[in-house]
Amino acid sequence: MKIRHDRAKALMVHAVLLTYTLIALFPIWVVIINAFKSRKAIFNDPLALPTADTFSIVGFEEVLLRSEFDVFFSNSMIVTLTSIFFVLLFGAMIAWALTEYKFKGNLLIAVLVAMGIMIPIRLGTVSILQLMSDLNLVNTLTALVLVYIAQGLPLAVYILSEFIRQIPKDLKEAARCDGVGEIKIFFAIIVPLIKPAMATVAVFTMIPIWNDLWFPLILAPSEGNQTITLGVQQFIGQFVTDWNSVLAALTLAILPILVLYLIFSRQLIRGLTSGAVK
Amino acid sequence: MADLKLTDVKKSFGNVAVLHGIDLDIKHGEFVVLVGASGCGKSTLLRLIAGLDEITSGSMEIGGEEVNGIAPAKRGIAMVFQSYALYPHMSVFKNMAFGLKVTGSDKASIQKKVEQAAKTLGIDHLLKRLPRELSGGQRQRVAIGRAIVRDPKVFLFDEPLSNLDAALRVQTRVEIGKLHKELGATIVYVTHDQVEAMTLGDKIVVMNAGRIEQCGTPLQLYQHPQTLFVAGFIGSPKMNFIEGIVKHISEDCLVLTLSDGTITKAYVDSSGCNLDDVVTFGIRPEHLTEDSSADVSLLATVTLVEQLGEASYLYLTLADGTEMVMRTSGESTTIIGEQVEVGFNPESGHVFDADGGALTRLRAGNTKSVAELAQIKAQLSN
Repeated sequence: MKIRHDRAKALMVHAVLLTYTLIALFPIWVVIINAFKSRKAIFNDPLALPTADTFSIVGFEEVLLRSEFDVFFSNSMIVTLTSIFFVLLFGAMIAWALTEYKFKGNLLIAVLVAMGIMIPIRLGTVSILQLMSDLNLVNTLTALVLVYIAQGLPLAVYILSEFIRQIPKDLKEAARCDGVGEIKIFFAIIVPLIKPAMATVAVFTMIPIWNDLWFPLILAPSEGNQTITLGVQQFIGQFVTDWNSVLAALTLAILPILVLYLIFSRQLIRGLTSGAVK
Repeated sequence: MADLKLTDVKKSFGNVAVLHGIDLDIKHGEFVVLVGASGCGKSTLLRLIAGLDEITSGSMEIGGEEVNGIAPAKRGIAMVFQSYALYPHMSVFKNMAFGLKVTGSDKASIQKKVEQAAKTLGIDHLLKRLPRELSGGQRQRVAIGRAIVRDPKVFLFDEPLSNLDAALRVQTRVEIGKLHKELGATIVYVTHDQVEAMTLGDKIVVMNAGRIEQCGTPLQLYQHPQTLFVAGFIGSPKMNFIEGIVKHISEDCLVLTLSDGTITKAYVDSSGCNLDDVVTFGIRPEHLTEDSSADVSLLATVTLVEQLGEASYLYLTLADGTEMVMRTSGESTTIIGEQVEVGFNPESGHVFDADGGALTRLRAGNTKSVAELAQIKAQLSN
């Protein structure tokens, strides 16, 4: 009786999750299948798979040969990777400082970080634009990186603090007895142990940055600094939209983020603390 | 030389005073065991010596140098934690070498030291493994190895055996004892297990509620406990206590009437006693016999029998309800509910006054003090 009940429950849960997955994957599926169809076929039957008649890669040709796709692509990569790097570095450092040390202003900083999670950064767009123009950073990738670091830090600090708190106190004290300096303790002991958490943070940070259109549009819209989401917009005209190219560009844009996700998610599974203490 | 000297060391956490003035003198090469019930401050004291917590007042010297406020790394100590605290992402070799590496030793000497320590501990075949691939006993050895390679002045052990199973605990205990003889290092060892304390320590420090109750050799503590607490703490099962009234005082003994009406002598220094004083008479379970022809005998009812094989413990109740334990031969056929006559020799009795202080025993074994033992040891090694 109990077993049957559990199975029914598991089925329910899976049904809900599967439904959600289908809903989430549907638009991506539509983008990908239509990227390989001729323009006419896209409009005739958007949900049909490409057939021999309708198959076309004209969109990819357009994107790869006749636009600055490589520039957009590398801009997005630079912005995303640099932001992730600094979010992880500073996030872990702040989390370590807030959890490990007692100092004046500890609580204040913790509250500020918590507020960062609650208040969307876009509310400050106007002042950010003013600040960037004062700093002569408008139309640079640096402006984007700075904003994304600020955007990613609060959640990073929040998640990493929790993980750092779980590291046994004895480990840090053993290191201190061993004569290891505080900075070395952070890099040689704490960071390796919170790798899985850092991978989680990396995934959470990376996706909104890669997909963002708002800040590239406002802070770095010029030729040569456009990221991929912004670059795609050039195919969307007021009167005519080159759907083949838009869909092809979006399909290509999925790839790098997918690769990064696979890299980070390998780390997610590993539990590294086992064996430290009994 | 690495003597360790604590003078009036106090520690409070916020408003809560944990240690109320500890004076302790540890000589180079001594194996000192801090023992006491949970929460008596023994681990806190160890952490103060390590420098992981700062002392509130008083002074601490290691090797003649005051170390108040000096970082743990610079005190020349090495600590072995109860939880082992191995770095989980590093191999055994790296775990042991890490401390040396950060303090800037060269590679060749690190290699040599680690290999030597690993050999001493019998873990040289495990150097490439990660901590999670080791058993509890092996992890414990790596933790000890990590301490050894640093060649510290003082080793600190914080209940190192409490995570091991019983068989391994005995084995590791013996090994730690041997290691101490080999290294000749000063060791401060915290435990709540009095068997560990008795077997390992040159000197045992019994702590209670943030104070040192008594400090001495294992046999001193066993034969001449200075307080009721020490008498109850050292020895297992614990000493039996029976209330008594002083009925007669002579130069070398007291005559007591115990609470169940039995009359016994007690060979203790009677100088501070008055007639009709209420005292506590103490007798260890192993000094009671089922022999009714003994000098003094008590009438008791058996309420429980624990058979260990080589011995049996009888749990007894006296006529007035006082509960006692006795150790008897494993062949004893006594069963629950039986009335037994329990005898003892008055010379093995202890007497404590109303404040819990012991009256000096006059006919107990002549135990050597820590200093005397050290002297004999020195003569033997010459």
